[in-house]
This record gives sequence, C-alpha cells and structure tokens, in this order.
Amino acid sequence: MRLILKQPSILPGFGLTLGFTVFYLSLIVLIPLSGLFIKTSALSWGQFWEMITTSRAIASYQLTFGASLIGALINGLFGSIIAWVLVRYRFPGRAFIDALVDLPFALPTAVAGITLAAIYASNGWLGRYLDLFGIKVAFTPLGVLVALTFIGLPFVVRTVQPVLQDLDKEVEEAATTLGANRWQTFLAVIVPELWPALLTGIAMAFARAVGEYGSVIFIAGNMPLKSEITPLLIMTKLEQYDYTGATALGVVMLVVSFVLALAINLLQWWSSARHMNQ
Amino acid sequence: MSVLSTTADKDLQWKDAITTESSLVRRLLIGAAALHLTLFLLIPLGAIFAEALKHGVGAYFDSFANEDALAAIRLTLLVAAIAVPLNALFGVAAAWAIAKFDFVGKQVLISLIDMPLAVSPVISGLIYVLLFGAQGWLGPWLAEHDIKVIFALPGIVLATIFVTVPFVARELIPLMQAQGREEEEAALTLGASGWQMFARVTLPNIKWSLLYGVILCNARAMGEFGAVSVVSGHIRGLTNTMPLHIEILYNEYNAVAAFSVASLLTLLALVTLIAKTLIEQKAASHHQRKSGQS
Repeated sequence: MRLILKQPSILPGFGLTLGFTVFYLSLIVLIPLSGLFIKTSALSWGQFWEMITTSRAIASYQLTFGASLIGALINGLFGSIIAWVLVRYRFPGRAFIDALVDLPFALPTAVAGITLAAIYASNGWLGRYLDLFGIKVAFTPLGVLVALTFIGLPFVVRTVQPVLQDLDKEVEEAATTLGANRWQTFLAVIVPELWPALLTGIAMAFARAVGEYGSVIFIAGNMPLKSEITPLLIMTKLEQYDYTGATALGVVMLVVSFVLALAINLLQWWSSARHMNQ
Repeated sequence: MSVLSTTADKDLQWKDAITTESSLVRRLLIGAAALHLTLFLLIPLGAIFAEALKHGVGAYFDSFANEDALAAIRLTLLVAAIAVPLNALFGVAAAWAIAKFDFVGKQVLISLIDMPLAVSPVISGLIYVLLFGAQGWLGPWLAEHDIKVIFALPGIVLATIFVTVPFVARELIPLMQAQGREEEEAALTLGASGWQMFARVTLPNIKWSLLYGVILCNARAMGEFGAVSVVSGHIRGLTNTMPLHIEILYNEYNAVAAFSVASLLTLLALVTLIAKTLIEQKAASHHQRKSGQS
C-alpha cells in the first residue's frame, strides 16, 4: 500500500512554493521558537519551577490573566452589542463605525499606550472626571484592564458579525408566529446560533490580551507585585541580562499561548461544523 | 409592477416588524454601542491629534525637524521596505501551495503560519536574542566575524518579519481556496505556461486581497513595538524605529513631540482602515459581476 502524500494535479509550482514556504517558516518561526525550549531544557525541573513561581511572577500572572479575562468578557458583551447594532439596524454613521472597529488592530500598540495613558491621567480628558469620584485608572491595575479592553475590541465584533449576517430570519419569524415574544426568540433561537462564534471571539481577545505589551506598559505604572504584567517582567529580566529567567517565563507564556490557540481552533471547528449542518 | 412592489414592501415591513425589537430597546442598544465606541475609539483617536497640536502647527512640525526623528522615520521605512516584500512573496507562495493543492499536513502548515499571532511580541524578540545575542548560540561566531544582528538592523528586520509573517498569507488563503483551480487548469489546457497562467489568471483574481494584505502587513511592520524593543537596544539615531522614538519622547515628558510622531502612525492606521473598506467593496462588486456572468 502506498501512502498518498499529495493528490495529483496538473497545476505547476507545488514543489517550489511548498519548499519555499517550509524553508521560510523554519528559518523565521520554527527554529527560533524551538530555541526557547532548548534553552530551558538546560535547567532542572526544580530550578525551572522555582523561577516561574516567584511571588513576583505569580503576581504578574494574576494581573495578566485576570485583567485579560475581564477585558475579554467586557468585549464579549459590548462586542456582541456592536455587532448586533451593525448588522440589524440602519442609522447614520453605520459604515464609519463598521470601518473604525478595526482601529485597535491597525493602530501601533505604543501609540495606543501613550494615548490611553494621557486620557486617563488625572489631568486627562476622562481621568479628570473619574478623579472627582476618586477613581484612579492610569498607573493602576485598572489601567491595565482599560488597555486590554481596547486592544481586544475587534475580535468579538468580527467573529460574531458574519454569523449574525448569515442568520436566517425565517427561523425568528417562525418562533414569533408560534407565539414567542422577542426576548424568548432571542434566548431560544438567536443565542444558541451565536454562542460558538461569541466564545471564539472572547477566546481570541483573551489570547491577544495575555501577550500584549506596548499598549499596557505606558498606562500600567509597572509596580512589581502590583501593576506589572508578565511580558514586562520578561523585559525587565532581559534588561538585567537574566536570560535564563526571561526564557523560563517566556516558556510559560508560550505554552499558554499554544493551549489558547488550540482551544480557538477547536472552537472555530465547532462553530463552522454547526454552520455546515444547517 | 408598482402594486407588486408595494405589497412586497409591506410584506418586508411586516416581517421586519416581528423580527426586530421595540424602538426603546433599539435605541438603548445603539446608545450602548455608541458609548463604548466613543470611550474606547473616538476619544483616543481625537486625543492623539489634540495632544500633537496642543502647542500649534509650528510645534507639531518642529517635532520632525531633528536628526533623531528623521533617523527613526528612515529606519522604520527601511525595515518595512525589507520585511514587507519578503512576507508578500512568502504569502503568495504559501497561499498557492495551500489553496491549490491537497497534501498531508496542510492544517499543520496553516497553524504554523498563524503562530506568530499567538506569540507575545516580547517573546518574538526574545527568541532572536537567544539565537544571535552575545550570550546566544551564534553570538560568539558572529562576534568573531564582526557581524551585529542584535542591537542592529538585521535583528530589527528579523523581529519585524516574524511578527508580520501571517498577514498576506491569511488574506490570500481563504480567497484562493474559494476560487478553486478551474480557471488555472483551463489556462494550462489552452497552452499557457506556468508564469503566464500566474500573471494572467491568478494575479488578476487575487490582486485586491494581495494589496490589502500588503497594506496591513506594512502597517503592522511600521508600528511593531514590543518585539523590536527587545532586539533594538534603543540606540538613538541608529536603532530607534518610530514606535521606539515615541516611547523615548514620552518618557522624557516631551508629549507634543511623542504625539506628533504618533499622529503619523495613526494616519497610516486610518489609511489602512480606509483601504480595507474600499477593497472589501471592490471585492464584493467583483464577486457579484463574476456570479452574474455564470
């Protein structure tokens, strides 16, 4: 029995393009990334464990993952509302808003960082009013949350929007004719359809937020144990030439990223499998 | 005809009426969306230009009239000029192999292309420091031959390429998969050579998505901060890109200059968003024309 690695085709260039693709990816992505693991393998398990569980590291995980999760959930709520409004309603400025949603994706993170810090500083456009209520955003963990909410915005909107667009209105009509009110129709007909896409969007926003650096460091204040995110802790270790410590933390982040990427792939597969069934 | 269309309109209105919310709910939802977008997008966008122009147009332009700022702009342009064409070439090659052929391991390859999107920018820089840094594997060899990668242009270019690898490929793969291979096969059957087929059939079909992929890749390449920050060493006038220059100015409390340079990158982001909107419209009308023909 012969294993068929490639289906026959009359189109040219398979060997050339696949060869180039694999070569390029190995050189740029695969070899450098595996270097991270090789470097860590020089450590014993005990040493590695000690490095990634210092109180400073654990405080940074709590902030990074906590703020990323809350930010992703905020985006889950408002991203769904924005997607709903963009798909279902017609109002002036709709096309403009639709285009603007991608801004956090196109705007350099350093620009977002200094801008959010300026707005939420105690003399900034929003910070001065929040100050009246005694709320401090800039240079506190709350600032980290604001930055991570900002950068995650497009993900939920852009995953929920196409599913809403493809949603068959006839099912909603049927529900209404059968006596369901609008709220019942929403919960029993629309939400089950949106659910996989919404979860995918939230997971993508979370994954992006966990690794985020540029937009956070300007507004965070960067106090160890208080407002220091894990990517910044890696950076600090690098600046102190503690390459082993930086690499150990990098491996933790990388493993988390891979697990999240896998989860997102599974969610997308689930989402499109449901889509196909209709 | 007119009678028909009015009944159709009425029908549509009736259907819309039972599948939409009361006007109060509708207004509340639009209000919530508008509030969130104002707080998180419009106010920041306005603040960038307001801060940049705080001390007038003169101060704004003065921010660019010094050697450090110009060097940062030149370096950013140079890095993008190397990284973007390489990633565009990669994107076309990868999309051709993935979209037009069936082979084992395709899904793994797609995941591998997406991987830089999942990796924290700080780690994207760190991996090159581990390879080429003074303490890295190739560090001693590079030092012996007097080649500088980290804290120099090659490191910045490598980190930028890593971060922007997926953008062109991701735009092209779904499009070329949807387009199938019949048109190319027809061209070959009619006697076209491989390159003729690519230039006259494939390229015209993908040009708008390719263009958007390049624009997006370029915006990300010019704006990358975290990864470049790790490998650059922040040497003024030498290894400072525009985002790094912004950081230095901001930390020196030179807010007007920082936001002036930031406003250039913001304009680039806005151009990217406009390009996306235009190209989506173009692709939609192209798609309609094509399905209208068949």
